[in-house]
Amino acid sequence: MTSLELATSDGTRMIETPAGAALAIRGMTVSYGQKPAVFSVDMTVPVGSMTAIIGPNGAGKSTLLKAALGVIKPLAGSAQVFGQPVAQARARIAYVPQRASVDWDFPTRVLDVVLMGLYRELGLLGRLRGTHKAKAMDCLKRVGMQDFATRQIGQLSGGQQQRVFLARALAQDADLYLLDEPFAGVDAATEKAIIDVLQALRADGKTVVAVHHDLSTVTDYFDRVFLINTTRVAEGTVEEAFTPQTLQDAYGGRLATGQLGQTALGA
Amino acid sequence: MMGEEFVALSLTPILIGTLAAIACALPGNFLLLRRQALIGDAISHVVLPGIVVAFLITGVVSAVPMMLGAAGAAVVAVVMIEAIRRLGKIEPGAAMGVTFTAMFAGGVLLLEQSDTSTVHLDVEHALFGNLESLIWLDATGWASLWDMEALAYLPVELPRLGAVLFVVILFTWIYWRPLKISTFDEGFAQSVGIRTGALGFALVIVAALAAVAAFDAVGSIIVIAMFICPPAAARLMTNSLSVQVAWSVLFATLSAVLGYVFAGYGRLWFGAENSVSAAGMIAAVSGLILALTAVFGPHRARSGAPAEG
Amino acid sequence: MLWHALTLQLGYNATLVTLGAMLLGVAAGVTGTFLFLRKRALVSDAISHATLPGVGIAFIIMVVLGGDGRSLIGLMLGSAASAWIGLLCIGFLTRRTRLAEDAAIGAVLSVFFGIGIVFLTYIQTMSEGRQAGLEGFLLGSTAGMLYSDAVIIAVGGAAVLLAVIAFRRPLSAIAFDPEFAASSGLNVPRLDLIMMGLVMAITVVGLKIVGLILIVALLIIPPVTARFWSERVTGVLWVAGVVGGVAGYVGAALSAIAPALPTGPVIVLVLFAMFALSLLFAPARGVLAAVLKHLSFQKRVHVRQGLLALAQGQPIYEKLTLRLLQRSGLARADGVPTPDGKARAAKALRDERRWQMARSREEFALAATFYDGLTEIEGVLTSDQISELDRLIGAPQGVPV
Repeated sequence: MTSLELATSDGTRMIETPAGAALAIRGMTVSYGQKPAVFSVDMTVPVGSMTAIIGPNGAGKSTLLKAALGVIKPLAGSAQVFGQPVAQARARIAYVPQRASVDWDFPTRVLDVVLMGLYRELGLLGRLRGTHKAKAMDCLKRVGMQDFATRQIGQLSGGQQQRVFLARALAQDADLYLLDEPFAGVDAATEKAIIDVLQALRADGKTVVAVHHDLSTVTDYFDRVFLINTTRVAEGTVEEAFTPQTLQDAYGGRLATGQLGQTALGA
Repeated sequence: MMGEEFVALSLTPILIGTLAAIACALPGNFLLLRRQALIGDAISHVVLPGIVVAFLITGVVSAVPMMLGAAGAAVVAVVMIEAIRRLGKIEPGAAMGVTFTAMFAGGVLLLEQSDTSTVHLDVEHALFGNLESLIWLDATGWASLWDMEALAYLPVELPRLGAVLFVVILFTWIYWRPLKISTFDEGFAQSVGIRTGALGFALVIVAALAAVAAFDAVGSIIVIAMFICPPAAARLMTNSLSVQVAWSVLFATLSAVLGYVFAGYGRLWFGAENSVSAAGMIAAVSGLILALTAVFGPHRARSGAPAEG
Repeated sequence: MLWHALTLQLGYNATLVTLGAMLLGVAAGVTGTFLFLRKRALVSDAISHATLPGVGIAFIIMVVLGGDGRSLIGLMLGSAASAWIGLLCIGFLTRRTRLAEDAAIGAVLSVFFGIGIVFLTYIQTMSEGRQAGLEGFLLGSTAGMLYSDAVIIAVGGAAVLLAVIAFRRPLSAIAFDPEFAASSGLNVPRLDLIMMGLVMAITVVGLKIVGLILIVALLIIPPVTARFWSERVTGVLWVAGVVGGVAGYVGAALSAIAPALPTGPVIVLVLFAMFALSLLFAPARGVLAAVLKHLSFQKRVHVRQGLLALAQGQPIYEKLTLRLLQRSGLARADGVPTPDGKARAAKALRDERRWQMARSREEFALAATFYDGLTEIEGVLTSDQISELDRLIGAPQGVPV
């Protein structure tokens, strides 16, 4: 089954780009123990779009991303990337995990972390050449971290750590970039640097999906949103799907209505 | 001590001790960084039941079945720890504690119940090993190193540990990149297609292989000490993984050589007629090295709090 | 013979040792629970291995001072001192260096054990050391025990148990919720120290019976076993105490009748048998129950997802979903719903829409937390509330579906 067939089966959810979807998730249910964190979720990400996954705390945003990548095993459902099962499309995916998910005391330098992004290119024993290092340096430059290449990773600030993670993803030369809370706990300069890089990627025709928590920047940064609260609440362009009504549906009583009105576009 | 007596009596134990120490220290580096340091402790405890079961099945004290038995026990232990951890939702430390105590107790009980009085198989041997007895009686001096006839009578532990160390080095070399990536960032490793579960299991199996080969010669204390102390001391010396591994090899070698020498000199110091346990002394020296690095190591403090001096 | 042993008719010494082992087992089970809940179970492994140099040094000192070196009290004091030093080393390594606690535990246990072995092999070369029998401390041995030793063990077991009972309230408080305990005025560092002191006391008393390699089982296996039977701290404490006591009693009694059955390993294997039974068959947390629960949960998820897909006219993507629907008589092999399936699907969809509305309204915020994709809303809200939801759904400003 191609993603196109999957997506057009329901008339209300046509996919926008005829070229197919960069990421198509179907019937995904993930559960820790006896309570599903994600229930029966469908998601379609058009090629070349920039999508924010938003929803309240504990709504299953990161879980959905990890399950789509096969990092956690879903109870039901599947994901396809550019019409292929994820396992066959790994070379086209770059993943930026949450910064807090790793041990920053690990004995390694900034440049080594970026070089990890070349793993698929280098393989087990491929020789690390000057061109590889130059490429890694270039990726560091794109996130403004070229002066930190030989720094021990534990000495970086939170924002710098996040930029290094992004540089590693850039080194992967992917077509689909999946980022888990890239703006969490970073300084304003880093946030600006990251969003510039992401928008440059989209300008190059790449697809970007980011778990995002700051509702006030959604309209500035992204062109599509995916609202989730265990189930899918809304999905579409920012104009269609990021409305006071959809936010009310996703957040329920957890956000004051006035606040919703200010952050979202008028209904 | 440089003459023929050294080659015949001290060269092979020192070499065997060193090979065993390095074979354990190499995978120990990754276990340490993965917060699995105590897997080495668990593995070394279950080697005894493995050897006893192999003896009971085959009825002979012979190296190959015993190594297979020990390796089998290590695999059983690792699977059991994982099963208890996942199925019972028990934290890893407690799951290890349940597993290795139960298996060790089973081994001791089997040993006591079976007739092993005629063979050299006892709990103390399992704990301390018998490094001092691994001498090369056919050696007549350094020239024996080129004498095929004398070489044929090298203690079998030496070539066996050499082969195991070769396997350990090969594994570390081939899987260096995925080991490093998955130890640092497991989620990212899975996203690029590294099978982190299988790799983690392979690492533990390689550690078990080193433990089993080292165990027969040097006993289980050295095994635990070498899994943990040289890598831990090395971590406090550097912030680079490859340099850490190099330091750990150096520390393992130092512990083995100095430990053996100190144990030999023990008879001079204490005035006793026999020397003290070389295995115990090697573990003690590795602890001394760790203590020194914990006080003076240039990178002993956690990141963020720069080391003073 | 077995009956004699279990009913304490094997003579004075064996009876004292058996009672001592039982009291020690209860104390160890309870103390081990505190350790386990603080996620520090394996610290006890380091403590027990770290006793060995103390045993050796105490023996040497006693011999040098002119004694015969085998005084159990003297050896126990020595073991306690070196265990304490081991504990201080773990504290130093974890606080002052970047090493994690597991590495510190492993380093201390192997190095102290190695040093202990050096002393033991040295003692074997002393003329007084040939019959020292210090190897008995490795695996425990109660055979040929002196009357005074048996008394020390029985009294020691009772004393440790009394100490555990005395401190049970504050220790359960910090095990359950250290932050809350601290905020309510308990001195957590000092109580941690007391907990470690109890672990040390248990190790020292248990050395002669169980041996230092296996004593850690007495502290770890009872709480792990008990965890399968209770979700509450007091429940776990009680069960762990009983498990530890039974194992101590049965193990010591069994090995009293058969010298070839060393006490330590027998106690550990009795413990392990209780653990294995609990792991497999405990009613709520056991493996068997968990497997059954997971299978039924997986089925509920797939059936529900399948029904929602049927109701919305979507294809069913997964073979397992279709097979489960078919088996429940809700759909045909080609994915077309049966009449029963149609009705259930419509009901599921209605339920889902009601949930959707409830979760978007502030007034239902509490009920919305019950949503998991599976729970039916009728079980959560009153019929009045559901009518209100239906009214909202029917209203023109309702959510587009």
